[in-house]
Amino acid sequence: MRIVVTVKYVPDATGDRHFADDLTVDRDDVDGLLSELDEYAVEQALQISENSDDDVEITVLTVGPEDAKDALRKALSMGADKAIHVEDDDLNGTDALGTSLVLAKAVEKAGYDLVISGMASTDGTMGVVPALLAERLGVPQVTLLSEVWVEDGTVTGRRDGDAASEQLEASLPAVMSVTDQSGEARYPSFKGIMAAKKKPVESWDLSDLDIEADQVGLEGAWTKVDSAAERPARTAGTIVKDEGEGGKQLAAFLAERKFV
Amino acid sequence: MSTLDILSDDEQFMVRTVQDFVDKEVKPVVQELEHSNSYPEALIEQMKRLGIYGLAVPEEYGGTPVSTPCYVLITEELARGWMSLAGAMGGHTVVAKLLLHFGTEEQKRRWLPRMATGEIRATMALTEPGGGSDLQAIRTVARKDTDGYVVNGVKTWITNSRRSQLIALLCKTDPAASPAHQGISILLVGHGPGLTVSRDLPKLGYKGVESCELSFDDFRAPAEALLGGVEGKGFAQMMKGLETGRLQVAARALGVGRAALEDALAYAQERESFGKPIWKHQSIGNYLADMATSLTAARQLTLYAAREAEAGRRVDMEAGMAKLFASETAMQIALNAVRVHGGYGYSTEFDVERYFRDAPLMIVGEGTNEIQRNVIASQLVKRGGLEA
Ligand SMILES: Cc1cc2nc3c(=O)[nH]c(=O)nc-3n(C[C@H](O)[C@H](O)[C@H](O)COP(=O)(O)OP(=O)(O)OC[C@H]3O[C@@H](n4cnc5c(N)ncnc54)[C@H](O)[C@@H]3O)c2cc1C
Repeated sequence: MRIVVTVKYVPDATGDRHFADDLTVDRDDVDGLLSELDEYAVEQALQISENSDDDVEITVLTVGPEDAKDALRKALSMGADKAIHVEDDDLNGTDALGTSLVLAKAVEKAGYDLVISGMASTDGTMGVVPALLAERLGVPQVTLLSEVWVEDGTVTGRRDGDAASEQLEASLPAVMSVTDQSGEARYPSFKGIMAAKKKPVESWDLSDLDIEADQVGLEGAWTKVDSAAERPARTAGTIVKDEGEGGKQLAAFLAERKFV
Repeated sequence: MSTLDILSDDEQFMVRTVQDFVDKEVKPVVQELEHSNSYPEALIEQMKRLGIYGLAVPEEYGGTPVSTPCYVLITEELARGWMSLAGAMGGHTVVAKLLLHFGTEEQKRRWLPRMATGEIRATMALTEPGGGSDLQAIRTVARKDTDGYVVNGVKTWITNSRRSQLIALLCKTDPAASPAHQGISILLVGHGPGLTVSRDLPKLGYKGVESCELSFDDFRAPAEALLGGVEGKGFAQMMKGLETGRLQVAARALGVGRAALEDALAYAQERESFGKPIWKHQSIGNYLADMATSLTAARQLTLYAAREAEAGRRVDMEAGMAKLFASETAMQIALNAVRVHGGYGYSTEFDVERYFRDAPLMIVGEGTNEIQRNVIASQLVKRGGLEA
């Protein structure tokens, strides 16, 4: 079975993030890393491989700048078999729709039975790419799974909603995404880190995928950022002192903010 | 973190992985484990999977060996989370080094592959109730007979006694030898009839990890247990092993010092008095400045000793200096971190009191600092001073 895990290289959420002049995230200023939510996807791929009697080949795929190699390297260190890096200057500013196009072409070119994504990226947090990708590939999507089994050409999983848990099933090939409840991602072992060096990393650009520059990038984006402002500094919280009316004051506070 | 620049890309990645592990897995649970004096089973299992126990084992025996500076920085990270974790791998590394440098091929094949995974963990037993500084005066005796050795004696303060399946036992195979060190050997032994863990020693800090007394009473070890297969080499072998041990203890001190500095630095910016964050009071700012300065010096000294060791040079003096300076520095930083925290520095709901209790171990363990000074002074005389 061939599993492709889509991973994103994101700015460190604990760093000081800024926007560049074109209102894309300024990546020069902050350290980047493999999106934590994608680590869950890599972990699920590894577990599927470990629990399978068949040979499973795990490819990690990223679309991103030169530094995105770090994300691939981490995923390879965790245990993935090989990596594909789609990198092209014309990709700067690509939105979710454009990203799904690039991913779809790359996944098709790589060959796959199952695509696994994280539930969202930790920077964009749109969470739509897995669904867009499945549409483009024309295969079933089982998204936001918190528990996953793959057996006999079928992927089964549990999606926990606010009101109910759903059991989902799809025949392969399919796209699935997993949540942060799907199981803690492992740390790369030292052995894994050393082994990762010897694993193949392919680099593709847009021409390798028959994608025109105007289909992606800021030009090709369907969404446009009009303005961006820094979040205002956090203000001090409200302290309710209980002098007999504490409960009522608390309730009023919550009601005012529509929490109750 | 520019300190990491001296390492290869892979080694930087390893140190960052441990850093990540400490922040996410260790920091959230350390207070609970410390105050219930619980053995950190789950964390040790994770350390095994990371490869912590194979850091000094060559690839051909299944390990992932790293440079000595990398080993120091990984140890520092573990100790930054909890000194006990670094303690749970220190003796193990020394024994791995002993096997590597002095073991017969058969001994290497027998122990190293399972030590690399942590399936077998190792400790060293040097200290006796009668003394730990004067190792030539040890009284544990291994008498040779036709089937091997019969061991009698008592060891004390032995870390991880029950958790270790391999004990590097310093003992006398020739109690009458003169000079005494020529009668000392190392036996590689495991638990069995005649060896009892007779006592758990209560202690100030270093919680969660056991320190025990071991009694050998007509304990039998086969002839093949003799490290290197030749008697009378044990003292020199152990002195070489302790070079690594002392670097490891220096690194533990760096970790404790760094944790104390990090906590103090954060607290000094949050806590306000007289209308400003306390770091803006010059006395507190000076503490922070001195803590960071001495920690940086200690770290560079330790990394210097580690690079010398990596270059294959004798580093008893350099490792001694690192251990001496880093441990005294950690103690001073831990005390100042208590000061910066005011009353909360004395509270067991904060971590700084733990640093204050853990720091003295590095002053006493792996050769007291008085003994380090003896080593440094005698090496200075022997080598004709410091090299230019
Ligand atoms: C928590 C803990 C864990 C330990 N783990 C281990 C372990 O795993 N394995 C192991 O073998 N040991 C272990 N030790 C023992 C440790 O190495 C010894 O305690 C240490 O070497 C000192 O020996 P001692 O306690 O007998 O002190 P002594 O040797 O009795 O020393 C007492 C004092 O006299 C000073 N002194 C002695 N001789 C001289 C001299 N020539 N010049 C100047 N001053 C001198 C010492 O510096 C010290 O201040 C551990 C100790 C502790 C506390």
